[in-house]
Amino acid sequence: MSSSTKLNVVSAEEELFCGDIEKVVAPGMMGDLGILPGHTQLITTLRSGELRYIMADEDKTEVSLFVAGGILEVQPHLISVLADTALRAEDLDAERANNAMQRAKDALQGKDPKDLNYEALQTELDAAKAQIEMIHRIGKNR
Amino acid sequence: MAGVKEIRTQIESIQSTRKITKAMEMVAAAKMRRAKERMNASRPYADKMHEVVSHVASGHLEYQHSFTQQRENVKRVGYIVISSDRGLCGGLNTNLFKQAYQSIADWREKDVEVDIAVFGNKAISAFKKYGLVAEKGNLGDRPAMDDLIGTIKVMLDAYRDGKIDRLFLVENQFINSMTQKPRVTQLIPVVASTDEKLSHHWDYIYEPESKEVIDALMQRYIESLIYQGIVENIACEMSARMVAMKASTDNAGKIIDELKLVYNRVRQAAITQEISEIVAGAAAVS
Repeated sequence: MSSSTKLNVVSAEEELFCGDIEKVVAPGMMGDLGILPGHTQLITTLRSGELRYIMADEDKTEVSLFVAGGILEVQPHLISVLADTALRAEDLDAERANNAMQRAKDALQGKDPKDLNYEALQTELDAAKAQIEMIHRIGKNR
Repeated sequence: MAGVKEIRTQIESIQSTRKITKAMEMVAAAKMRRAKERMNASRPYADKMHEVVSHVASGHLEYQHSFTQQRENVKRVGYIVISSDRGLCGGLNTNLFKQAYQSIADWREKDVEVDIAVFGNKAISAFKKYGLVAEKGNLGDRPAMDDLIGTIKVMLDAYRDGKIDRLFLVENQFINSMTQKPRVTQLIPVVASTDEKLSHHWDYIYEPESKEVIDALMQRYIESLIYQGIVENIACEMSARMVAMKASTDNAGKIIDELKLVYNRVRQAAITQEISEIVAGAAAVS
């Protein structure tokens, strides 16, 4: 088994990472997935959450990204993350996430339930919540 | 020969036109830079998506998505045409529509009916006479995915329900700032190159269900292709406009030079005439 594999993280806006890694932990729809090099083919949708990977360099740097929705495809030689939105950990903004959560909450409560797109709002709310969670978690580590 | 005054007003009006075209050229140049950046930024996603879909196409999957299956009997096809919102961009839209008309006419010849959905104001007015199933204009310079989904959904639903058997995309391809090429590509059934390395028998592990994941993937794939097409079209529009406006600025300069020559000649002729009249008058008096 090879000890490193290629990881490629792209969002609709930009390419966030492309390089060799030793391990990746992704927020799959059914729970977090830890993937090591040489994993069998797997494909899953992603929920909002933290995507972590350990780079295959000298100091084994661990990097965190925030992803909201998308698809993860694993091939033995290549892991691809197609995120709907993705942010680097340092670009996360607690205030903005809080505002987004508040907006989504207001929209969920305030409006007429008939003309409400529950699914979209719920996704938005989850994304904001996951961002805030991640900010707290990273904050503790620092 | 026209009077001196007429020629002067003509020169003035062409000068102000040149000012406008010059300004439009500069605006288009600035916008093109940004449009190109956006196009390049979203390209990795579209490329990666294509790669994953080609993996999917080369595997032996338990669930075959309808977008990957060829339908033998083609009775009706769908077209999505992407144009710019505004004109004054040279032959960009005209060339694109010509290609689209040609392609549509080919299907009609084979007794296949055609449904058309369009993006961009120019395409709306060009294809109105064919009857549009969906349209979306006023995209602006930074289209958001949310604005596009409605129109795309109409076509995808039509395919799923079996109303159309193929779906094509007509768009401009950005080759470089000087060249844009219209092209017609087939969106559905998905034409994906199969990866040779993955030709042995395998299937994915799915989370949650194969149908759900592949549905989500295919939906995103088509959306990303169309989004990429629209972003690319904006870059095309801006660079075509820049080139067209540069040409008209140059032309205006040329016409002004010519008119100035005529103006001076007329002015000189008038002066000469006046002098000879005075001289003749003086000669008659003495």
